[in-house]
Amino acid sequence: MPRIKSVEELRKIREAARRDLKIRTDTGTKVIIGMGTCGIAAGARQTMHAIIEELQKRGIDANVTTVGCIGMCSKEPLVDIEQAGRPRVTYCNVHPDMVPRLIEEHLIKGNVVPEWVMDRMPGEGIGQS
Amino acid sequence: MRELSMHILDVLENALEAGATQVRLSIEENLCADRLTIFVQDNGQGMDTEIARRALDPFFTTRKTRHVGLGLPLLAEAARRCDGGLTVDSSPGEGTTVTATFRHSHLDRAPLGNLLDSLLAFLLNERTADLVYHHQVIGCPGHSPEAGETHDRVFKLDTTAIRAELGEVPLSHPRVVEWLRRFIAEGEAALTSRIESIPWEGVG
Repeated sequence: MPRIKSVEELRKIREAARRDLKIRTDTGTKVIIGMGTCGIAAGARQTMHAIIEELQKRGIDANVTTVGCIGMCSKEPLVDIEQAGRPRVTYCNVHPDMVPRLIEEHLIKGNVVPEWVMDRMPGEGIGQS
Repeated sequence: MRELSMHILDVLENALEAGATQVRLSIEENLCADRLTIFVQDNGQGMDTEIARRALDPFFTTRKTRHVGLGLPLLAEAARRCDGGLTVDSSPGEGTTVTATFRHSHLDRAPLGNLLDSLLAFLLNERTADLVYHHQVIGCPGHSPEAGETHDRVFKLDTTAIRAELGEVPLSHPRVVEWLRRFIAEGEAALTSRIESIPWEGVG
């Protein structure tokens, strides 16, 4: 991809994105994936790939980020879903084939998937994305 | 780990844990010398000599969340069984450099694998750091494209330049993620392309 084309594309993205940046920061959805050694070995990269693909396929606006190991290595891949005003939910042993149902139930229907939950924390604003 | 790209992501994550704000990742596939070299350099907090030595012990870790540190020992073993090795150079306050070498054609050498998802996972980490990425394939003189050998090719990525263009928009924005996936996929694919193409000049 020639350099000039890359720069132009990034500038267009910036123009389009900066308009909704404040809204996204205050009310947006964040999907956080554990990516420590244990997560990587358990397949967290593939889970991340499946989540990004599913969000793009469904046109869902959410930021995907990664974090290190939290010490629950046997439960990896771990996926947290954080939405302003709702409890932060940690799902455990999340493999790519679970992702479509996870997105459908939690992000679209607003239902936690209880059999996959490891923990919940009280919800607040999600802060900076 | 089944792919070297998983080891690479693991070492990159170590750099973030060490507080690095700048990381340099270089992959050199020297087909003539039959050598693969992976080089990760960071500006994190670094380690003293004793800790750097013990970093290759699978039962040693400075983390508080667990009692083992398998990442570097696994990479060292993967390199060793491919007629290569691993070195860790570090100084407190000056950062760490991890260099892993492999005989490129060794039967036991795991494939580089999915570098795109490894780079993306690193770039999406909540602890942000700039990445200078350089992946080079050095072909052998005299080999023709028809024989299936690649010419010298390089793919470069520098997030400092990308962030400068994006301003306040984070790399985790969905449109930026989509752009990064396409940019990295095209850049990596060009390294093994049999078709002559315009020399790659990635952003940065």
